[in-house]
Amino acid sequence: MLVMRGIVKQFPGVRALDGVDLDVRAGEVHCLLGQNGAGKSTLIKVMAGVHQPDEGTVEFNGQRVRPSGPNDAIKLGFATIYQELDLVDGLSVTDNIFLGHEHARLGFVNRAAGNRAARQVLERLGHPEIRPTTEVGRLSPAAKQVVSMARALSHDARLIIMDEPSAALAHDEVANLFRIIRELTSQGVAVVYISHRLEEIREIGDRVTVLKDGRTVAVGLPARDTPTSQIVSLMTGRNVEYVFPPRPEAPAGGPPGEEVLRVEGLTSPGAFRDVSFAVRAGEIVGLAGLVGSGRSEILEAVYGARPSSGRVVLSGKQVRKSVVGNVRRGMGLAPEERKAQALLLDQSVTANITLGSLPGFAKFGWLDRTRERAEAERLAKALDIRPPDPERPVKTLSGGNQQKAVLARWLLGSRKLLLLDEPTRGVDVGARAELYAVIRDLADRGIGVLLVSSEVPEVLGLADRVLVLREGSVIHEGDARELDEHLVLDMIMNGRAA
Amino acid sequence: MSDPTKPRSDTGPPGIALPGRAGGNPLGRLTEAGHMGLLVAIALLVVVGLVTKPAAFATTSNLVSILSLAATIGVITVGATFVIIGGGIDLSVGAIMALASVWATTVATQEFGPVVMAICAILVGTGTGLVNGLLIAYGRLVPFIATLAMLVAARGLAQRMSDRKTQLIQPENSAIVELSTTRVLGVPLLVYIFALVVALGWVLLNRTTFGRRTYAVGGNPEAARLAGIDVRRHTMLLYALSGLCCGIAAVLIMARTTTGSSTHGDLYELDAIAAVIIGGTLLTGGRGTIIGSILGLLIFTLITNLFILNGLNTSDQLIAKGLIIVVAVLLQRRNLKERAP
Ligand SMILES: Nc1ncnc2c1ncn2[C@@H]1O[C@H](COP(=O)(O)OP(=O)(O)OP(=O)(O)O)[C@@H](O)[C@H]1O
Ligand SMILES: [Mg+2]
Repeated sequence: MLVMRGIVKQFPGVRALDGVDLDVRAGEVHCLLGQNGAGKSTLIKVMAGVHQPDEGTVEFNGQRVRPSGPNDAIKLGFATIYQELDLVDGLSVTDNIFLGHEHARLGFVNRAAGNRAARQVLERLGHPEIRPTTEVGRLSPAAKQVVSMARALSHDARLIIMDEPSAALAHDEVANLFRIIRELTSQGVAVVYISHRLEEIREIGDRVTVLKDGRTVAVGLPARDTPTSQIVSLMTGRNVEYVFPPRPEAPAGGPPGEEVLRVEGLTSPGAFRDVSFAVRAGEIVGLAGLVGSGRSEILEAVYGARPSSGRVVLSGKQVRKSVVGNVRRGMGLAPEERKAQALLLDQSVTANITLGSLPGFAKFGWLDRTRERAEAERLAKALDIRPPDPERPVKTLSGGNQQKAVLARWLLGSRKLLLLDEPTRGVDVGARAELYAVIRDLADRGIGVLLVSSEVPEVLGLADRVLVLREGSVIHEGDARELDEHLVLDMIMNGRAA
Repeated sequence: MSDPTKPRSDTGPPGIALPGRAGGNPLGRLTEAGHMGLLVAIALLVVVGLVTKPAAFATTSNLVSILSLAATIGVITVGATFVIIGGGIDLSVGAIMALASVWATTVATQEFGPVVMAICAILVGTGTGLVNGLLIAYGRLVPFIATLAMLVAARGLAQRMSDRKTQLIQPENSAIVELSTTRVLGVPLLVYIFALVVALGWVLLNRTTFGRRTYAVGGNPEAARLAGIDVRRHTMLLYALSGLCCGIAAVLIMARTTTGSSTHGDLYELDAIAAVIIGGTLLTGGRGTIIGSILGLLIFTLITNLFILNGLNTSDQLIAKGLIIVVAVLLQRRNLKERAP
């Protein structure tokens, strides 16, 4: 149905695509795999008409096409869910879903019809609770993802392109997404699916195309029975073990490292209530729970970025709930939504990395830019940010590399407590193992880490202790080694405490 | 269908080529690209001047008068650049300048001599800017509205204080006037002050944490907040800085006109904002340069000069300026598009 041949796309200084072939058949789920920066997002932006290829051809149903803009692609029947959410925060859910093809007559928007149609799509997506009239800016990242999916579905598309749609979704939502994908493919719609989670590819994918450094290294692999080792070595060119770093040799119960954080009776109405726990120096504490269970909100409240009642004690001192003060006292938060909450897209990687510790680079307000650069370069290397040029504007990095820049910000300066919200969102398999090692290493150096992740194996593999959250309350707290994925899933879904 | 696992074996440069140098400064490539167009525009205007009025245009005295004209608004433009990069807008600059000039030239102030008069102007400017900043940062007023209110109120206060009369600088305080009459190397002192303010502004924006934070606060306030920057305090300081620039500008206009008056600086806000926009600073914040703004201002000043030299109608001059703003913004948008991902 869609055949792309020899696609080349050049950006200033980077050849993002260097001869990519792809063919997608009607009714299949075609997965694109590749490391961060391999060119997956660029490729789908070429399909979606956002970028024009420098070379190569695109055929759709046997006809040469050359979408010169997103509108052209939409007319051809391509709908795209971008990796970086592209919603207008100030508009309502309905307005976002139908942006560009509003229900209107003679230029007057017919609100009622729009809201009705929006409700239908949202229901189909299994989210009747999202009100069509809500302003999108007020929604959680996961709900925003649903809205962008609804937008893609509202187009009657014949080809739906999804760039890491599951990155912002929790377990049950992914199941929902897959149900919809199956529904679509059974009607002959083709889906191009990008994800760094191999188990998803196994579950939903039909065939796989692997990209590496802007080229196709394999096309049409069967998604279900190509061995993982083969896929990973195609992607990375080496053998990567998907492993978690070993926990420090410590007797169960842990050496009572000094308490870095103590939270008592923390409550934020509507998000979570009466949450108490502690994080010790050198310890990684994981928060597991569904989207909406209050995970991210707890991090924000501890950080002082969300109004809450209750006590937050950092290194024995009760803190006033202000971000500025908390950062000065040694907290750092890598937030969930990198684009909206963390990055200055127009600024360089360096400026983004040093933003959280500017005073450390300045004397009387005067910036030491040489040192700033050197530190950024060191971190870019440590986290394998590619391309390794810290002067590049962050927006020209691939999604996974942007994520690494967000983390890098808090590796600077002397931190006592790091709050990591989905730290590996969009990071590829190989780099993930490295990030885990970096996080463990931080803990070994005496930093307390509070980790939120939608991926239960990640929480279990990385954390020492796990808090399980459900509907805003902690329902279980225990050693990560005594839990398994199944048990945790059971708790977060059904609330059955072990 | 091709062999499923056959890797493409063409040789060629790897996907990740050598990154192009982006220039040392984080905004290097932007400033360079944006400034080229401005420099070309200035060159064109100079050519027009040379062709239409060769005798009058290319004289030192004309050059000096262009610079003196630019100096007052120029100082204001520096402050406005900070505010706009920081994601705000300051409509009250002209009014603040008028108020500062009136306050500094009242009979009571004049008794204390020229130094106190200058300090008074600067303090009044900074203080008024601070009020703007407090209203916007802590009172959560929209900048447009808060500074619009200030525009009206400050001018009203200036009229009240001066009783709508133009206040002359007394002969014993002529030291202030000497800023425009004393020349070093043929150039009046006030042009040096202008240059100094530009240089300090550039350093503040590009070499200090304050500048870096200004970009952060304007570019993504939420990210700035979560990175531990006190966004409100910074916003407040930006307006105070703008007020400070207005205070300095008040001293310059007092020097040039030998008066303080509630009518000084009428519509300066428009010229300053227009210069900033032409200079490539985004009205949405997070992006922009001081040099761009100053070049933008020079374009405006050159146009005024050319129209005066050629004895043309001031209405036509306004029309020309309006066209320039539109053209500049259109060009900018094309630039942005090319860079967008
Ligand atoms: N607008 C741009 N300007 C310059 N370079 C760009 C631009 N967009 C992408 N690139 C570069 O192109 C390469 C491919 O990026 P792309 O976003 O396609 O990667 P990806 O495979 O989607 O990675 P990820 O898994 O991290 O999302 C990267 O090296 C990136 O830095
Ligand atoms: Mg991507």
